Amino acid sequence: MEINIPTPLRQYVGKQASVQVEGATVNDALAALTAAYPDLKKHLFTDEGKLRSFVNLYLNDDDIRYLPEKEATRVSESDSLTIIPSIAGGSYADGELLRAVR
Amino acid sequence: MLKLKIAEYQAIRAHGEETYPHECCGVLLGVADDGANTVNETVRAGNTRTDSAHNRYNISPQELVKIQRQAREKKLDIVGFYHSHPDHPAQWSVTDFAEAHWIGCSYVITAVEKGKAAITNSFLLTGADEDDKKFLDEPIEISKA
Repeated sequence: MEINIPTPLRQYVGKQASVQVEGATVNDALAALTAAYPDLKKHLFTDEGKLRSFVNLYLNDDDIRYLPEKEATRVSESDSLTIIPSIAGGSYADGELLRAVR
Repeated sequence: MLKLKIAEYQAIRAHGEETYPHECCGVLLGVADDGANTVNETVRAGNTRTDSAHNRYNISPQELVKIQRQAREKKLDIVGFYHSHPDHPAQWSVTDFAEAHWIGCSYVITAVEKGKAAITNSFLLTGADEDDKKFLDEPIEISKA
């Protein structure tokens, strides 16, 4: 299956936009990816082996967090997995504003 | 260095004026090369933080997946993002930094004062990893065409 790599992580996969891996489940595909490109691992997973909170994984158009079997979901050769870090922010935290007012 | 065409620069600022007093957000598509992020196209995104849109933005990952897919079809990459700070300076905030994870990308912020776009700044997120990341002031080069 194909795994789409976001711009910041391409430096760890030979500057490729996508990588082909084999695996029966999402977990297998991720394991194959990090076995082939070990430098990628710490950018995707915490030291405890959990997916980092800001890293989203989409199987085709579905967030794997909301799939019944999550990372254990079975995949086929024609599926594509997309790694997409979150994008968020904002002008100030409410706490910051309170401190400024005080 | 962030390289922007004048039309894209104006589009970013106009978006911030349109969504005022809420924050706008969008994605910069282009090419990263030779230490510069060159923007070919800007894509507007929805702000999912309707609970606190005056001081927060969030682009849904699903929308990002679609934008990234469309970018690849055009042989472009995501090289940055933009958002506005309604009645707040065009400087990154603690929240902006904590929520920034696209190392190598440009984060453009436009201050919108009483509905009018004021200063637009860009910050390059650099570093080896999440623990090492930092924002650097990034010059913006605006071209006519």
